[in-house]
Parts: sequence; structure tokens; C-alpha cells
Amino acid sequence: MNRKLITYIKVVLLVAVVYGCAHTGAETAMQTAPLENGSVYEETLENGLRVFIIKDRNAPMAVFEIWYNAGSINEQVGKTGLSHVLEHMMFKGTPRYGNKVFSKIISKSGGIDNAGTSRDFAYYFQKLAPDRIRISIEMEADRMRNLIMDNGDFLSERDVVMEERRMRYEDDPQNLVFEEVLATAFKNHPYRWPVIGWMEDLKNLTRDELMDYYRTYYIPNNAFIVIAGNVDVEGVMEKIKTEFGPIQKGPEPRKLNIQEPVQRGEKRIYIKKEAELPYVISAYKAPNVLDEDSYALDVLAGVLSGGKSGRIYRGLVDEKRIALSAGAGYSNFNKYPFLFYLEGTPLPGGKIEEVELALYEEVQKIKDEPPSEREVQKAKNQIEADFIMGQDSVYSQAMVLAQFEMLGGWRLKDKYIEGLRKVAPDDVQRVARKYLVDDQRTVGTLIPVKKDESGK
Amino acid sequence: MTNEKLIKEVRSRKSEDKKLRRWEAKLNFSISQLLVILFLLFTVHCSLFTAAYALDVKRQVLKNGLTLLVVERHNVPVVRVSVGIKAGNLYEPADKAGLASLTAGLLTEGTTNRTARQISEEIDFVGGSVGASGGGDFITASLSVLKKDIDLGFDLLSDIILNPSFPEVEIQKKKERIKGGLRSQEDDPGYISSREFKKAVFGEHPYGRLITGTVETIDSITRDDLVDFHAGYYVPENSVMAVVGDITNEEIEQLIQKYLNSWNRAGHSGVSPQKINITKERKTITIDKDLTQANIILGHAGVSRDNPDYYAVSVMNYILGGGGFSSRLMQNIRDNKGLVYDIRSYFGADRYGGTFQTELQTKNESANIAIEEVLKEINMIRSTPVTDEELSDARSFLTGSFPMRIETGARIAGFLVAVEYYGLGSDYIDNYPQYINSVTREDVLRVAKKYLDPENYVLVVVADQEKAQLRDEFK
Repeated sequence: MNRKLITYIKVVLLVAVVYGCAHTGAETAMQTAPLENGSVYEETLENGLRVFIIKDRNAPMAVFEIWYNAGSINEQVGKTGLSHVLEHMMFKGTPRYGNKVFSKIISKSGGIDNAGTSRDFAYYFQKLAPDRIRISIEMEADRMRNLIMDNGDFLSERDVVMEERRMRYEDDPQNLVFEEVLATAFKNHPYRWPVIGWMEDLKNLTRDELMDYYRTYYIPNNAFIVIAGNVDVEGVMEKIKTEFGPIQKGPEPRKLNIQEPVQRGEKRIYIKKEAELPYVISAYKAPNVLDEDSYALDVLAGVLSGGKSGRIYRGLVDEKRIALSAGAGYSNFNKYPFLFYLEGTPLPGGKIEEVELALYEEVQKIKDEPPSEREVQKAKNQIEADFIMGQDSVYSQAMVLAQFEMLGGWRLKDKYIEGLRKVAPDDVQRVARKYLVDDQRTVGTLIPVKKDESGK
Repeated sequence: MTNEKLIKEVRSRKSEDKKLRRWEAKLNFSISQLLVILFLLFTVHCSLFTAAYALDVKRQVLKNGLTLLVVERHNVPVVRVSVGIKAGNLYEPADKAGLASLTAGLLTEGTTNRTARQISEEIDFVGGSVGASGGGDFITASLSVLKKDIDLGFDLLSDIILNPSFPEVEIQKKKERIKGGLRSQEDDPGYISSREFKKAVFGEHPYGRLITGTVETIDSITRDDLVDFHAGYYVPENSVMAVVGDITNEEIEQLIQKYLNSWNRAGHSGVSPQKINITKERKTITIDKDLTQANIILGHAGVSRDNPDYYAVSVMNYILGGGGFSSRLMQNIRDNKGLVYDIRSYFGADRYGGTFQTELQTKNESANIAIEEVLKEINMIRSTPVTDEELSDARSFLTGSFPMRIETGARIAGFLVAVEYYGLGSDYIDNYPQYINSVTREDVLRVAKKYLDPENYVLVVVADQEKAQLRDEFK
């Protein structure tokens, strides 16, 4: 297992903690003194658009991000994938700039741009030289309200998204299992829907449905901007007011209040697909980062899976030699409770049941006896080191702030690091007992079959 | 691997590193393999130049022959080290394919001072990373630690490079996992197509082989082979060390004195790599799998990194299929026709040769039309000069995007090793914009004619062949 990958989410979520030291509130928005390096400038426009600027004097580049509270949880039954298709359509042009030129303008400015959609949100970013961030501001303000959304472009882009779905899911057996586990673990919550959408739903989406969704959610009071880099804060702020200021506030989109019912027994699903090796993933409901228990769950994931010295690699891959790969993960950055999971693939010839049981044994050991002080310290050190290393990138700095802001306020990151430092071995044992409960897990298994026997 | 799932859950409009993520998901030994590829593609041909950006690189050759490159960077309390050693699979015998990669992979699995467990425990405890991975031209050993842990970091890095003990049991475990990884990767159509493509282009040359070797060749590697390969190639005069981060030149010299003092010249630098025989002929390889998409690579041999046309080729390929959303392939085949999610072309330029390849995935039923369109675009750029706007956009991006591409210390360290290994010169950073800006429309047309071949290409199609129904003209 590669630790860099395992802790990727942690890097992203922790990056801004150490440097976000000199907070500047909205009340001091008019100050003219130069901002301290690493500080966050914060201001809310009259139309409700929140703006955060992280000043990093060392960075040779800057990043502009705009986040919309418009992920797949905001979709409707039968219309899954809509948020993500809209994200694609955001690059198709406005009357002011013309058709399909957004990325072209960024790249000929020496920049790189992209966007992403998750269950909870959609975000758009451009990396540019600091003095070119104005290009982002102009174009993002424009496409917040003025998309052309030509029907021909929509139909063609829908095909592109179907190709994306084929690539990521239909032809990737392990991802198919994960998708099915999500759809089974949640019976009520929209987290059961794949962000990319079911193929059948994609086929039925229409241009007008996208337009309605766009009008409803892509409004200044449902969005925020994060900029990081060596930018001129005052100049940037002025430019944002000029471009975004005139956009009208919209009606507040409906607030979701969804609770997933308690699960009363293990659920199991199987995917039969042409594959070389089986695979298992066992997922437990777990709270998000706003919950006090999340810190200990994070450390638990580290104890189990933080590098080659983590218990799962050491136990299953190195000592027992039954797994080709195995690990644990905790997904804490979600608006609603999501999942903690264990997963593994046997070595060729090995049994998937044996890998699954061995994963449970590692969890049982922690339930029986708390991990050592050193293991807990190691997990904390890994999280903190990743966080400091992530500071090297303005993109990571912006991501951390944005993810906390999306969950309720970027200052929560301070609470997170405090909470993490307090975790003791007993806490790790307690959360393992509380959340990794057999009756509340959903287990997905990939059963390899020959080409002609695939379940389709 | 677990968080891989989460990352994938954030759907992205385009995924520059789609393949990397998929590979990462499989096994960690393949990560570095791909990183090296990406690195050559994206990093080496990008400029260090912008008005506001420059790197202060201190270069020296130490008494033992080791080339040392240092960039002080005090923005974060972190140090990154990258060591390139000419011990890639170019230097291994064909019947022991995988030897170079296995040697690199075993460096962290036990030294004369530490067991494999001690190494992982020590580096994990401080939240750092240390390791090595195989490659074609060279292998890379790397270190990433907080400044406060730099002593431990250098201790570990030097220990794995100088004193690996290749314990028999660790060799067996590693072989087991590599062979398991080879099986597992059969589920990745991109991996299969890429493997077949390289084999078809380079034949018996090491560039045509899997860096990991095959099940048979891996089994034939003995502990003695590993010990000999290490002794023969892991020598300072074969190596380049780049250190980037919160550290001074003096501190590094002290660390080297303390930890690398016993790394002595061997007085030889191994065998010369064999010559590449490229035969110009059309080859089509089809592989049948239960897939909804055809995974297609179309291409042929390309240029080596020292080819003087390299920069003109970079500009030409940016316009054809290297320039993301601005490229012709993307605009035609994705934006206008909706046939693919991702399509790109690139020139992978190594020391002794390279490839040109166009990669795409499209539903099985669209395979023929997608191939046809790719060939159309290749023919077009070979027959008609690109527009002034296309040329100027390509120049602006290639010269202007550099800071974004080597934003972090880790990226810079890798970049410096490559600049040194490929002999691009200490003034490469200053010269690059001029290399790119001096490329003319005529140059673009000339290199398109010279280095793109719409007749004698290798075509690999991994698909549900019954549905793809590849036309005879492509077979």
C-alpha cells in the first residue's frame, strides 16, 4: 500500500491549519495594511457571495476556485448525474466569450483549469500567474449566470459523460463493487446515488432540466470563492466586486434534512464480472468531521492502514501473505455521515473470504485491546506531516479551506487539529467498538467470471 | 487505495491523471513507473521561465563522482530528495527482465543495519516517505521528510542505497506481490494496450519490455543477480542527487559527509545499452475482453530526448493532441463528436528512443470512427500548416505554464534529476523559452511530416471485438 495515496484526503483536509493564523474577519475588510503571509482575508458581498483569499508570498502561482453547494445529493430520483453533467456544460460558453473557449483562454494565458463534482458540491478552478487571476474572475462571474446551454452541445456532452461512466465504472470491476455498496449501504439518503449518475438516468436527462438546476443553484448566495497565492488582495477584491457584485441574489435553494434509518443487520452484495482477482470492501456508517468521534476514527484508520508499518499491511500482506493489497479508509469530509471501510484483494490463488476475515481480525484486536501510545502518535505524526507537506501547494491550501467552509465554516479546521491532538489509545478502541459493528456493515464482493458468464 | 475511491467520487471533467490513479489503485510499484513517464512528458519539456519565476540551482560534482543539485526553498519546513541512478531496465539482461526494478524495490526491504520492518516503522513514525522505484533509463530513490527529521531521513536514504541486504524471504515476498500485480493489472485495459504497444514498437529492446518483467523472468532472478546488479550499477558516478527544500548547501554537505562518505567510485559504469531496431510496418493487435469501451492506442516510434527537433515536436504535438482541451483531437473527437471522455497524443522521449502515441477510449461500437478521425487529424497536420493563432497559443502555454507544473519541492527535485540525466544543460531554464519561441509554422509542418506516420503505425485495440468490428483497413 502506498501511504501517500491512503492519506491523500487527509492532506487535503489539513493543509491550511498551521498557516491560517492571522484571521481577518469581514469587519476588518477595509483595512489597508499589508496582510500577514498565510493569513486569510474574508469578505461577503451584498449578494451573499463569500470570498476568501489566502495570501502566500512564496508561491510562484495562484489558484482561483469557486464552489457551489450543488452536488449529487441535490438531485431527484430518476435524474442522477445531473450536477456532474452541468459541470461539463459550464465549459460550453456564454454569449460574451463564445462557444467552448473557456479552457482555451486559460491555457493560452499559461494556465491550467478543471472542475469536479462530488456528492455535496461542485467546484471549478484555474491555476494562473498571480497577475492573471482577473481572467478567472471575469470568466467565472460571466458563467455563473450566462451559460448558452445549446441543446446540440448538451446532447454531445451527455455522450461524453456516458463514455466517462463506461471508463470509470462499467469497465472497472472494483469501482462497480464500490458503487453497488453505496447504493446498498444507504437506503434513504441520496448518498446512495453515484455522482456520475446511473446510465439509464443519463439517457433521460434533458437540457431544460439542467437549465432549471443551474438557475436554482448557481447563484451568488449558494457559492463561495477561494483564492490562494501571491496576489494583490485589495486589487483582487475590487475586481471581484466589479464582476460578481452586480449579480442578483437568488432565492435560497431548498435545504436538505435527510436522516438515514438505522441498519439492523449486515447487508451483502456481489458483482460478477470478468476479472483476474476477487476483491472485497466492507463499509460501516461513520460520522463526518464535525463529530467529536471523527478524530479518533481518523487515527484508527492510520493505525490500521498508515503505511507499510500499519497493522493491515503488516498483518495481511507482509506476515500472513494472503493479500496482494489491503487497507482501511475513513471518509470524513461529507456533509452527512458517510463510511469507514476495509478492503482487500487476495494474492492469486488465495481466497477472498480469508482476506475478509483477516481484516475483521485486525479490527477485533483493537476492540479487545487499545493500540499502543506509539501507534497513536505515529498516526498523528503522519497526519500532521502530510498537512505541512501539503502547504507546498496553493491548490491544497485552497482545497482545505473550501472543504471546511462547505461543511459549515473554514475556522472549523482549528477545532479539527485540536481534537486530533487529544486522541488517546482508549478513544481509538472506543470508536472501533462503537462504529465498526458487524450488524451495520455492507459488504461487497467481486466474483471473477469468464467473459461469457458476466452478470449483465 | 481506499481513498482512491473517494477521490474518484469527485467526478472531474477531465482527468489528467486518470491512468495514474488507476495504476496507483493496483500496486505501488507501478506508481513510480508511471510517474517517470508523466514526468518526462510534462516536466522536462516545460520551461522554468516566467518573468517572476526562477530557480537558483547549485550544482557540483563531488569527489566520488556524484552530481549534487541543490535548491534552497524555505516556504515550508520540508526537504525532498530525489536520486537518479543509471540502473534502469536498460542495463538488465533480457532473460532477467525485471531485475532492475526488483533491485530498486528491494532497497527498502532490509539493509545490513535494519530489517524491512524497522525501515517502514522509522519512516512512518515521522510521517515521511523513503523508497525507490524502477524505470527504463534510470531508477529513482526518493526521500520526503520534515526538516526536523532530515538526519533520520538521510540516514535511511543512504542506508537503502548503500547497504541493501536482499534477504531471501523478502525477495520471495516481493516476487509474489509483483506477480500478483501482473495478474491484477490484466483488469486494466489501459495497462494492457500500453504493454502491447511498447512490445510492438520496440521488439526485443528493453524499452519494449515491462519494467516489472514477466512471471518467467522474475522467477529466474536470484539473490546473487540482485547483489551483483546493485554492486555494478549503484555507484556514485552513475548518480545524480537533487535536494530541494528548507535546508542550506552547508547542511547538505555535512549530511553527505556523515552518511554517504563510504559511497565510493567503482571505476566503471556498466555496459552500453543495446541499439534499437525499428522496422517500419503496419501492425494491428486486437485483444478481446468483456468491456463496454474499446481502449485504443495508435502510434509508432518517436524521437529520443536529444533529438534537436524535440522542441518543434513538442509544439506540434501540443496542437495535435497534447494540449488538453485546446488540442485538435480533443476538440474534434470529444467536443464536437462526443465520442470520448479523454483523448490525447504524446511523444515519450527517452535517452535512446521514444514513442509517439495517441490514446483514447470509446464505446466498442465507435472504435472504427474514432480511429478514422485520429488518422484524419494526423494527415491534416502533416499536410496543412497550423494557424498563427495555434502556434502562438502553444508557445504561450508551453512557456507560461511552468510554475504550475513544478509547483512543489518534490516536482522540482524530479525535474532537476531529469535535466541532468538528459544533459539539457545548466542554462536549460533560461534557454527553454527561446527553444519554444523559435519554432515556426514551417517547423511544425516539417516535423509533422517527418515524425508522424499515418501508414506504418502500430494499432492496439483492447475491446469486445465482436462489438468493435474493426474494419479490414485497420487490420
